[in-house]
Amino acid sequence: MEKKTPLYDCHVALGGKIVPFAGYLLPVQYATGVITEHMAVRTKAGLFDVSHMAELVLEGPDALKNVNMLTTVHIEEMVDGQVKYSPMCNENGGIVDDLMVYRMGPEKYLLVVNAANHEKDYEWIKAHISGDVTLTDISEGVAQIALQGPVSEVILKKICNEADIPTKYYTFIPGVTLKTNKGDITEVIVSRTGYTGEAGYELYCKAEDAEALFMTLLEVGKEDGLIPCGLGARDTLRLEASMPLYGHEMNDEISPKEASLGFFVKMDKEDFIGKEAIIARGEPKIKRVGIEITGRGIAREQCKIFKDGQEIGWVSSGTHCPFIGHAVAMGYVEKEYAVVDTTLEIDVRGRKVEGKVVKLPFIKKDK
Amino acid sequence: MNIPKELLYTKSHEWVKKNEDGTAYVGLTDFAQSELGDLVYVNLPQEGDIVTVEETFADVESVKAVSDVYSPVSGTVEAVNEELLDAPQLINETPYEAWFVKVSAITAEAEFLTAEEYEALIAQ
Repeated sequence: MEKKTPLYDCHVALGGKIVPFAGYLLPVQYATGVITEHMAVRTKAGLFDVSHMAELVLEGPDALKNVNMLTTVHIEEMVDGQVKYSPMCNENGGIVDDLMVYRMGPEKYLLVVNAANHEKDYEWIKAHISGDVTLTDISEGVAQIALQGPVSEVILKKICNEADIPTKYYTFIPGVTLKTNKGDITEVIVSRTGYTGEAGYELYCKAEDAEALFMTLLEVGKEDGLIPCGLGARDTLRLEASMPLYGHEMNDEISPKEASLGFFVKMDKEDFIGKEAIIARGEPKIKRVGIEITGRGIAREQCKIFKDGQEIGWVSSGTHCPFIGHAVAMGYVEKEYAVVDTTLEIDVRGRKVEGKVVKLPFIKKDK
Repeated sequence: MNIPKELLYTKSHEWVKKNEDGTAYVGLTDFAQSELGDLVYVNLPQEGDIVTVEETFADVESVKAVSDVYSPVSGTVEAVNEELLDAPQLINETPYEAWFVKVSAITAEAEFLTAEEYEALIAQ
């Protein structure tokens, strides 16, 4: 039985088409449709319920040491109010999940993980922490709302003091009070982050405040073009922005280097789970690449990729991207073909469709 | 939901418009397009292709997924609506004008539903 987020009734009332996703009932789209929702985020703003994401807290004198072991980036360099993205690797150098690390304080870190990996991550972290640290799953009490798009700041200012709005990408301000039409809500984390490739905010609030915040934002943002957006647009936006998604571009076998996430794997770190295996695996034999579909059709996940009739890889995600106006895909190819402008053929349901390797990201915008 | 009375329908959500000369136009219903969402690609057969009743003859892709379109008749493709290749959104906008193919030399038909029967089907 799927769970409902605190905003389930809002989605139904707003005409959302509800589907099961990662154990939750969430809107895949509203009546406006995926393309309109996608374009709203690229040109104005869109509002997403991402309450299915899970929030885990590591706290205690040994929290830093433990988060550092669990992730592949330099946690010790973080300051309060900073966010870092990191893969979390297993002992074989594969990826358990990718997550966002929020430094709440020198001894307190908030980890935001994928809904699909909620239990797995909790168990993994629990089994791999040591010393004076406690792990708490606060997901049930927390809702997350993503306000994304170039006019997000204009909209947020209507319910938030300017001083409480982070100005730098990948920073956050905790303990914020927001004005809603049901009264003030407190203890909100305003995070300048997102999964769309646009400027925007992810707002973490108490589950009981989610409805007031979501409906207030829609109301005050309406004149700026804000509309609610579903999972469909979330996926096309992240794909257009070339952001990897666990279960597609990442899994327990693929290493972050193969996933072209080498930037987030700091081999100069003293240690982290998976470091030894990543060294042992050597130079990756396959690489994640961006593919522009030059022929007719859409390459979908699991389509096989060919070069001169020889199979060289597979598609991990693919769709039609409304903003750039054509189909793109991300996929894995043997390393020698992971070169920009390499032409490829993709088997789309028995038909060969032409594509070529292009530089990632497909689009880049100010954030 | 728009279900024109003068058309025939299939359980797999295609509509059929029979012409006096024995040919038929085939397209996707309003219900089907609304379920599929924004369509961004369509693959059509070519003129002269043979289509077979209840077998795939085209597919449509939304941003989310690809779906097969089944032929309500067996026959020969006499004409293809090539406008849809460049403007698949026409299927969303005007599903009953956005015919996919015109089929001639029809030798077999699916079990058609009337507008009333189709309405009852999608109400389930």
